[in-house]
Amino acid sequence: MRISLLAAALSCLAAPALADEPLHLTIKDHQFQPARIEAPAGVKIKLLVKNEDAMAAEFESFEMNREKVVPAGQEVPVFLGPFDKGEYPFFDDFHQDTKGVLVVR
Amino acid sequence: MLASLLIVFREVFEAGLIVGLILAATEGVPRRGRWVAGGILTGGLGATLVAAFAAVIAGALRGVGQEVFTAAILIVAVAMLGWHSTWMARHGREMAREMSAVGRAVKGGQRSLLALAVVVAVAVLREGSEVALFLYGIAMSAHAGPVPMLTGGGIGLLLAALVSLLLYRGLVAIPLKHLFTVTNGLIALLAAGMAGQAAAVLASADILPSWGDHLWNTSFLLADDSWIGSALHALVGYSARPSGVQVAAYATTLVVLILLARYAAQPSPARSVLADDAVSPHR
Repeated sequence: MRISLLAAALSCLAAPALADEPLHLTIKDHQFQPARIEAPAGVKIKLLVKNEDAMAAEFESFEMNREKVVPAGQEVPVFLGPFDKGEYPFFDDFHQDTKGVLVVR
Repeated sequence: MLASLLIVFREVFEAGLIVGLILAATEGVPRRGRWVAGGILTGGLGATLVAAFAAVIAGALRGVGQEVFTAAILIVAVAMLGWHSTWMARHGREMAREMSAVGRAVKGGQRSLLALAVVVAVAVLREGSEVALFLYGIAMSAHAGPVPMLTGGGIGLLLAALVSLLLYRGLVAIPLKHLFTVTNGLIALLAAGMAGQAAAVLASADILPSWGDHLWNTSFLLADDSWIGSALHALVGYSARPSGVQVAAYATTLVVLILLARYAAQPSPARSVLADDAVSPHR
């Protein structure tokens, strides 16, 4: 028990592995495409968010503890996780009806 | 109009709480109104600049320019708050002991005001740049004219200013004897919260390790998107799901600030004895 706790603590301290391939997310006409993204558990994820609309968006998620402005016409990286299995919703803070979810398996 | 009202209110609310706290912390210091107003104005101007160059900033440093910029201005604010709380710790004692220190106090107070004006500017810059980006986008999309947008924004701004005034009034209702103890404590927590946010932002840019993405989850008690949650987020750095590095930065800053204030608050005889020893070791 104690050893596994220690191991867990150490694994937290060590830099977790980054998933091999970045994931892609596009914002167009105030919709996330795709609105549902799958990602592996236990690795750090690089999500490239591209905004094809004419106005800035803000990728935000309380579940993932992230917020990042995505200016119009730009693609920016957002680093996420590593996460346990589960669903992690996100939205555009500037258009709260624009919603998506990251599904970690 | 409602969208503009809500977003302006939400962003200005957070900056407004910081302004309210800083007004209370400088209660009685001459000319503080001018400094705070200067901070708001500078922050507002900076926010429009940041919004105008958002694409450049976002594209810088391989896409993490925004995070580095945010962390940098937060760290400046933390340094300013640290400087202020050390100064307050030293000065409160002096002022109580000798009235002659008051003259110096006013001078020092002005310098401390500069530090706090920087904090106000940083708070306004952070929240204001989002408001500017959002309103600019609305203006560009041109579904509605500028009138509802500006009306909504104006009402949002007024409501947020009202909240800021309420916080200020609430704080200065505390008897003067205890007011600065409370504001010093809140300023230390504000600094710790900002340091925590800076660390979290750098972790989200993959510059710092996150040391665990969710150290704990208290969203069932107090959600980040509730009004109380976001008020506490702005004032004391509350986060329902903090990362490890965020908690570490928070705790470190708090401990360092408390130690600095303790050291600064030591009665000056102790320090002058040390100084005498240094000058005449054979006494």
